[in-house]
Amino acid sequence: MTFELFIQNFFNALTVGSLYALIAIGYTMVYGILRFINFAHGDVFMVGAYFIFFGAATFALPWPLAAVAAIVGSAALGIIVDRIAYRPLREAPRISALISAIGVSFLLENLGLVIFTGLPRPAVQPEWMVNPIILGNIRILPISFIVPLVTAVLVMGLLWLVYRTRPGLAMRAISRDIETTRLMGVSIDRIIALTFGLGSALAAAAGIMWAMRYPQIHPFMGVMPGFKAFIAAVVGGIGSIQGAVLGGVLLGTVEIMAVAFYPELSGYRDAFAFVLLIVILLFRPTGLLGEKLDDKI
Amino acid sequence: MLELRDMHVRYGGIHAVQGVNITVNKGEIVTLIGANGAGKSSTVRAVAGLVKGASGSIMYTGRDGAATELIGQPPERMVPLGLALSPEGRRILPHLTVSENLDLGAYSRSDRKAIAEDKEWIYGLFPRLKERHWQKGGTLSGGEQQMLAVGRALMSRPDLLMLDEPSLGLAPILVQEIFEIIRRLNTEDGKTILLIEQNAYAALNIAHKAYILEVGNIVLEGSGKDLLQNHKVKEAYLGG
Ligand SMILES: Nc1ncnc2c1ncn2[C@@H]1O[C@H](COP(=O)(O)OP(=O)(O)OP(=O)(O)O)[C@@H](O)[C@H]1O
Ligand SMILES: [Mg+2]
Repeated sequence: MTFELFIQNFFNALTVGSLYALIAIGYTMVYGILRFINFAHGDVFMVGAYFIFFGAATFALPWPLAAVAAIVGSAALGIIVDRIAYRPLREAPRISALISAIGVSFLLENLGLVIFTGLPRPAVQPEWMVNPIILGNIRILPISFIVPLVTAVLVMGLLWLVYRTRPGLAMRAISRDIETTRLMGVSIDRIIALTFGLGSALAAAAGIMWAMRYPQIHPFMGVMPGFKAFIAAVVGGIGSIQGAVLGGVLLGTVEIMAVAFYPELSGYRDAFAFVLLIVILLFRPTGLLGEKLDDKI
Repeated sequence: MLELRDMHVRYGGIHAVQGVNITVNKGEIVTLIGANGAGKSSTVRAVAGLVKGASGSIMYTGRDGAATELIGQPPERMVPLGLALSPEGRRILPHLTVSENLDLGAYSRSDRKAIAEDKEWIYGLFPRLKERHWQKGGTLSGGEQQMLAVGRALMSRPDLLMLDEPSLGLAPILVQEIFEIIRRLNTEDGKTILLIEQNAYAALNIAHKAYILEVGNIVLEGSGKDLLQNHKVKEAYLGG
């Protein structure tokens, strides 16, 4: 492979990996607190992409404003889903919430089909994003710089929130001992809502950027990225934010680089995630940065 | 300040507390003594809102003079009312630092400066915690964790402090120290204290009032001094 091609693939890997990471964070944060997999999370990613499409195309909002509106709208959706579909099941066996999550996932996808129609739509892209940056023989889309940069900023902001603020302290406490945390005056429903809101906002940010990178949106676009991000979260060690980021970037790198070095494998691209999952779990059953799992999913 | 009237706790078919009446007046140290399984923890857990199957009445009168029925209230409502519990088994958050555990105790407050002052005050009470403020809670020794549990409860600036076996597992010298701190919290800082203890002798010595609990019922009550002299108490709890 030429150096130029390698650089292009490197940025590709970083871009896809960042997007997986952003989605994976939502899975891992919810799992950390509630010990269940929010299967509807990938669909929030899809809704985020649609929200900005309608914001920019239908309501003719300026692009940055449409992006913010899409993120806020998706955060609200995540919180509402928790309120309606998960909160009533907090005391029920965990399998109930899991089934509820699968139901919400189908609901959002089919609601998308009804409201948005199954027709793939072109994503709205500001002009400055479409023209590649040319450095000698290397052509890189601006989005390939933007995604890793935005991801880094969002992740740092999240880590600051989790490790340096009071709600963050409550989140970390709840993930270990709900009863004692409540005893300290923490209202857990609020903290859980905040968790869903944050995870959904990050998924929406990923959805928006995904639509910039692969400019077509459709109601099932969240299924595969959502699934892979879930795998990334498990690979990184579910429950750990840093692990989700690591797992996401690792998975993106494996996918892009494997195809770059062995183009004949390109048809198997979606299978690499599983190979990575199996290999990692074989050597580290709790994922790369995970602590002991005290409960099976 | 706190009035339990005909308070019951049931866990499924187990009737753990069978209608107790307990009064804690402002400024008192009240102790609850009884054998394992007598229902002591269940009683304070009911006050703290941690048991679903509590019935009867638990009236709490806060600093503003307003009376609140605590039965049916969620645990997160207690701290704002001025109640704090240092639970049985310490329940330190092992992955948070000593300092963060204390911050969590102050979660319901927003007066940053006063919180920082209270933290220093706690570090003054328990210098060991100050030395180890960066250490993860889970890496503390049992005795240090106990100090942290008491300190964490104090961080909410409670009017009524409930301590469930604060001396459990401590070396004798530390037991003495903890009792001395409890006494000072009461006399110097004006805290009302509801204390559960296995160490009946020490507890009766500092308590204004004591209740003896047997299989879910109060069988004896009186001043700490009186119960120390009571021959039944001597036989059952003070080793003859
Ligand atoms: N969550 C629970 N579910 C079922 N039974 C319980 C539960 N908690 C306590 N019990 C039962 O209630 C009774 C009283 O328990 P409690 O913890 O109040 O006793 P205690 O006086 O604090 O004892 P100890 O001195 O051993 O701490 C015991 O018989 C105990 O087995
Ligand atoms: Mg007990």
